[in-house]
Amino acid sequence: MIEGKIKTSYTIPVGPIHPAVHEAIRLDLSIDGEEIVDVDVVAGQVHRGIEWLGINRNNPVQSIYLAERVCGICSTSHPFAFVQAVEQAANIEVPERAEYIRVIVAELERIHSHLLWAGVAAHEIGFDSVFYLVWRVREEVMDLMEYLTGNRNSKAMFQIGGVRRDITEEQFPRIRKTLEYYKTAFNQLKTVFLEDRTIRMRTKNVGILKTTDALRFTATGPTARASGVPKDVRQDEAYSAYADLDIKAITPDILTGTVVGDVYDRIIVRLLEVKQSIEIIERCLALMPSGDILTEPKIAKLLARLKKAEGEGVGRHEAPRGECFHHVRLQGGEETLATWKIRAPTYANLMSMPTILIGGQIADVPIAFASIDPCISCTNRAIAIDSRTKRKLVLTDKDLHNLSVEKTRRLKDKLDS
Amino acid sequence: MKMLTPEEVVDSFNTILDGNLIDARIYQKEIAVKKNLYTSIWIHVKRESFRKAVEHICKLQEYPHLSVISFDDRGDSVELIYHFTIYYGHHLKALSLGLRVALPKNDLKIPTITDIIPGAIFTEREIQEMTGVEIIGIPDKRRLFLPEDFPEGVYPWRKDETGPNDMLRVLPGREGIKND
Repeated sequence: MIEGKIKTSYTIPVGPIHPAVHEAIRLDLSIDGEEIVDVDVVAGQVHRGIEWLGINRNNPVQSIYLAERVCGICSTSHPFAFVQAVEQAANIEVPERAEYIRVIVAELERIHSHLLWAGVAAHEIGFDSVFYLVWRVREEVMDLMEYLTGNRNSKAMFQIGGVRRDITEEQFPRIRKTLEYYKTAFNQLKTVFLEDRTIRMRTKNVGILKTTDALRFTATGPTARASGVPKDVRQDEAYSAYADLDIKAITPDILTGTVVGDVYDRIIVRLLEVKQSIEIIERCLALMPSGDILTEPKIAKLLARLKKAEGEGVGRHEAPRGECFHHVRLQGGEETLATWKIRAPTYANLMSMPTILIGGQIADVPIAFASIDPCISCTNRAIAIDSRTKRKLVLTDKDLHNLSVEKTRRLKDKLDS
Repeated sequence: MKMLTPEEVVDSFNTILDGNLIDARIYQKEIAVKKNLYTSIWIHVKRESFRKAVEHICKLQEYPHLSVISFDDRGDSVELIYHFTIYYGHHLKALSLGLRVALPKNDLKIPTITDIIPGAIFTEREIQEMTGVEIIGIPDKRRLFLPEDFPEGVYPWRKDETGPNDMLRVLPGREGIKND
């Protein structure tokens, strides 16, 4: 992919284990001095064959819990998309109340996921006091999720044809208390993230993804919206209670009037979405109809119906990172799924990674890579190989993190002097 | 951009593909309290017109969103479904569009669409390594998820003799999974 005219003296594999990402993936960076000239994404280090288990081993109800474990952070998104696909395939109705409960749980997850990301982003640029502040603020929603579902994460709320637990009137005051807390905290976070000059320096005009590139590489979620693509499944498609709520996709021009598509814009989108989630939950509490929460509470009966069912369906859900997609086919007489395909949002967003990183500096890699909120896994060390001498320079996680922290200091000193 | 109704979308495929459209279905469902309609369209085309169909989708919306390509082993043949979203960005106007192509097992070949939609590269690479379907003209032939030392000719998503059955570790006291 590298043109003959570009002289590349180093290739730096960042990963498969590295602090800039939360799971294992490798980025091969070709560098010229400090500048990145080419990027190759090498995936597959944590491929677990989950779809295979759903096709060969599990019945559809067991697969809900498997889907929940596709991701440790969006543990609502995958079951949400999965149950929709199965409901379409087997033609199962969902009670209206259950649709609202699904949305409340999904939006609580968005709040916790975006705050988790904001903390990580602050850490990547060496702003650890903000990292501690944001994660402290995040604890409130984790407590609320534990109160409502019995667990901080992996909440097991979803069932084919509804949800497994009700959210009752008595629980409303506790939910409202958390929402009020976040309204106050939101203003503080907004000041910290959007007005602090250090954060502005490190994120403005860094890791730019232009609108056409976002469209061509099928970017999704906040990554696409920060580039000015108003794509949000909650707005676009009629699904679950979102269809009732007139959701509007958030793009950075709402706040700044322009779309740059840099890391700063991605911060704006995620911050405003936290506020949007608070509003969505408030409206759900106000509009939630009464009634059943499950179409078929008896699991044995549900499984018998699913075994007989014949058909296929797709489910899409706007996860915190973008569109989460599931395709399912059921065949009559088969206990397992006949086919199952999952597409997590980062799968689509990774294809934009070269465009985001090329032209940037090595010290910007942690924040630029983290800015798409990649959901793969973490990188502990990077190896730099000098292509002329074949000498290996091992950059540990600390080295790379320090590079990033130093850059922040340097910029700050320059500004102070 | 003029937005067509689901019926008009199906009609437009009928006109463009001229007899190479095998089947077209519209699935609709009323959602939640306000009973807004969820719509998904399923189009089944012959392989000869597959590229033409993708080009037509790009005319409906300049940049359709390709979610992923799914694969289905149906015994003698396999099915690929290209899952698109068109008309996104407009409130409740998006249509989910599944473009289905069936390939006989003795001729597993399909042209690439990365020249039309660059964002198809990951899913095409995945299909190639997981199913053994050859993507003609794919710009990057490498594997995506499978490790470099994974044996040739074993395709994890297949349910026939090329599947990964011999690679499964069966725990003591358990029966292996039997594929008929």
